[in-house]
Amino acid sequence: MKARTLKRHLRESVKNLFRNGWMTIASAGAVTVTLVLVGAFLALMLNLNQMATNLEEDVVIKALIDTTADDEQIKELGEEIDQLDAVDTVLFSSKDEELQDLIEGMGEGGETWQLLEQENPLNHAYVVKAKDPQNTEELADEIATFDNVDEVSYGQEVVQNLFKFNNYARTIGLVLIIGLVLTAIFLISNTIKLTIMARSKEIGIMKLVGATNGFIRWPFFIEGMLLGVLGSIIPIVGILSGYKFFETSISEISAIGFVEILPYNPFAWQLSAIILGIGALIGIWGSVMSVRKFLKV
Amino acid sequence: MILMKDVYKTYSNGVTALNGISVDIDQGEFVYIVGPSGAGKSTFVKLMYREVKPSNGQLVINKTDLSELKEKNIPHFRRDIGVIFQDFKLLPKLSVYENVAFALEVIEESPRNIRKRVMDVLELVGLKNKARFLPDELSGGEQQRVSIARAIVNHPKIVIADEPTGNLDPDTSWEIMRVFEEINNRGTTILMATHSKEIVNTIKKRVIAIEDGLIVRDQHRGEYGYES
Repeated sequence: MKARTLKRHLRESVKNLFRNGWMTIASAGAVTVTLVLVGAFLALMLNLNQMATNLEEDVVIKALIDTTADDEQIKELGEEIDQLDAVDTVLFSSKDEELQDLIEGMGEGGETWQLLEQENPLNHAYVVKAKDPQNTEELADEIATFDNVDEVSYGQEVVQNLFKFNNYARTIGLVLIIGLVLTAIFLISNTIKLTIMARSKEIGIMKLVGATNGFIRWPFFIEGMLLGVLGSIIPIVGILSGYKFFETSISEISAIGFVEILPYNPFAWQLSAIILGIGALIGIWGSVMSVRKFLKV
Repeated sequence: MILMKDVYKTYSNGVTALNGISVDIDQGEFVYIVGPSGAGKSTFVKLMYREVKPSNGQLVINKTDLSELKEKNIPHFRRDIGVIFQDFKLLPKLSVYENVAFALEVIEESPRNIRKRVMDVLELVGLKNKARFLPDELSGGEQQRVSIARAIVNHPKIVIADEPTGNLDPDTSWEIMRVFEEINNRGTTILMATHSKEIVNTIKKRVIAIEDGLIVRDQHRGEYGYES
């Protein structure tokens, strides 16, 4: 396309935004409402997701080694586990280290356990991390079948429930976001349809004198995109200022850093870019959908 | 130039508008299409600029076989055809100049060419001094001349006019006909559907009469043949 033509299309679409005054405000408003909801939702979802991922990352399998196994066998077992496809890392943890962990985990009451240092009853262990935390259960079951493995533990119940909850939350969030986006597309396409009706005569003449469909579609394409971008201004301002506020208040409440949210930079900026993109896409899709019908002459 | 062979047109609602039409029109001819309302004149005219597609039969215009013309090539096909309507179809918010230039802008003509060609064609239809006027500020005849200017600014080989004088008083109609004759003298084929007995009987040209979707008469230097 020639630069001159692009300029013409831009001029036409901006002119139309003004000409349609209130309709422009109404559709940009529809995008704004949608994007505010989508933005808030995405911020929440992505943070929950991050927390869940963090928790998942912490899930490890502890394979306790038979006390009867000698050094050679222990080494062999380690290699065997390491060769599994699903395994990310394998760490050997001697029984002394295990006891140290236990004592530290006990805190104050741990001192009594120190007596055991003389005669350590614990097993050596391998601490295994799965590549995909979701595969932890299968991996643990497989490791349990190996020789010289006494017992396998990974906090079965907790892990299962955590994974289930995360998956549900992700699915529900996705469905809600898609629903919201479709609603906004519908609203925009209706608005643009009304403005096209007013211009159907113009389109008819364009077709008669030999304008291509692409030529006719462009101004609407740009108009839709501008509507989407206009509609995303308020949500982006909201995200950039709101997330700052959210971040500071969260860090005040949980000074220990127990709840960790995604950092403002780059997360808030990334989210804004996503919102802008969704806004533009909603606008473009809505307008292209509504103009299609009028081109079939 | 225009070749029709056993063309049928049945609309999706079951109405049969054309019932096997065969006709051959040469470059530079001036043809009137006459016949009672609802006889198929409009469909005949609409076939010419591919507003409707024949259900059956062969239709070749400007060496383009319309039954093989792909959707995406329709715009390019139409650039060789000028269309004029009874209701002018001008854009009310654009000036005379802009209305004519619009036809060149949408086919991405260069601005220098646009200026020159628009002024040339406005001179031909005698409206050079009204280029800045809005359509509302013109008389009916002047508006129709603007729409003729728009139709021919692209130098089409064929001009199709669907009752171009239908909304005009007799004096103005003659004025419009003079413009058509001028265009025709430059070698452009003209196809004009009309109800005007005076015009057909005075400016003698080839007459094709359509009734019930069939060509019932095709005469050179023919008469209107109906009571108006």
